[in-house]
Amino acid sequence: MKFAVLVFPGSNCDIDCYNAVEDTVAQPVDYVWHTATDLSAYDCIIVPGGFSYGDYLRSGAIARFAPVMSEVRKAAEAGKYVLGICNGFQILTEAGLLPGALMRNTNMKFRCHSSLLEVVNNRTPFTNQYEAGEVIDIPIAHGEGNYYCDDTTLRRLQDNDQIVFRYAEGSNPNGSVADIAGIRNEQGNVVGMMPHPERAVSSVLGSADGARMFASILNAWREQHGAAVNS
Amino acid sequence: MKATVYVTIKQNVLDPQGTAVQGALHSMGFGEVEGVRIGKVLEVELATTDRAEAETRLKDMCEKLLANTVVEDYRFELEG
Repeated sequence: MKFAVLVFPGSNCDIDCYNAVEDTVAQPVDYVWHTATDLSAYDCIIVPGGFSYGDYLRSGAIARFAPVMSEVRKAAEAGKYVLGICNGFQILTEAGLLPGALMRNTNMKFRCHSSLLEVVNNRTPFTNQYEAGEVIDIPIAHGEGNYYCDDTTLRRLQDNDQIVFRYAEGSNPNGSVADIAGIRNEQGNVVGMMPHPERAVSSVLGSADGARMFASILNAWREQHGAAVNS
Repeated sequence: MKATVYVTIKQNVLDPQGTAVQGALHSMGFGEVEGVRIGKVLEVELATTDRAEAETRLKDMCEKLLANTVVEDYRFELEG
């Protein structure tokens, strides 16, 4: 299985994502520059955190027009796995690959600390190694992670089981609607989340709970492809 | 031709910056302030004299990039 970690000018979690893939699932992984026009070689595309294009105008607003994003759209339509983390989540919502928008945190603070998440949906390619309802420890680091969508969209997210992660009860750090920390698209192959699983892949980092996200992706891919364990 | 584009947060969406500024104004003694909403103003120079064309193009710019219509409204004025 082959992973791509996209790199935009201003990405700053790309190296963490790359290392997390190597350290957790030991699969081939490439950095892919935002000007790339072919992602056909990759099975999973990670859109990392950071401040793409300085986040000018709005977070993710300019990155969504990078050449590589039309390839991300193609990959998503083809059913490949796409994971947007933090700024990556903002980019995916701006691109319309996920519904809603990420607004300024209601407390106006940049929140950078560990956070407890409830795994709401463990039947996704990204969460199959967690128990449903399990509470995991994954750090956040954002000033604009306040997920917003209108009531109709929220109902649709709930009805289709599209809410993947919620901030644990009473710990919503940013004012997100329904405590949402991460969602998936209707098809289930695109997930966006504000917390950083790539920063929680070893107890040395304070938590290893994020490692199972990467393990989930590999597991899903192997099941989908009937692949041998070492491929 | 010059366009002034106003991008504002939709009325039903919370504007944390506006709320913070309102709080600051209250603490300074401007108790009559009942609400503050913060938006963006963009001054866009256009190399055209065709007003209708400018409007069509600006609408396209707003829909595609300048505003995120999930959470923002926009309007613009044209001069010249």
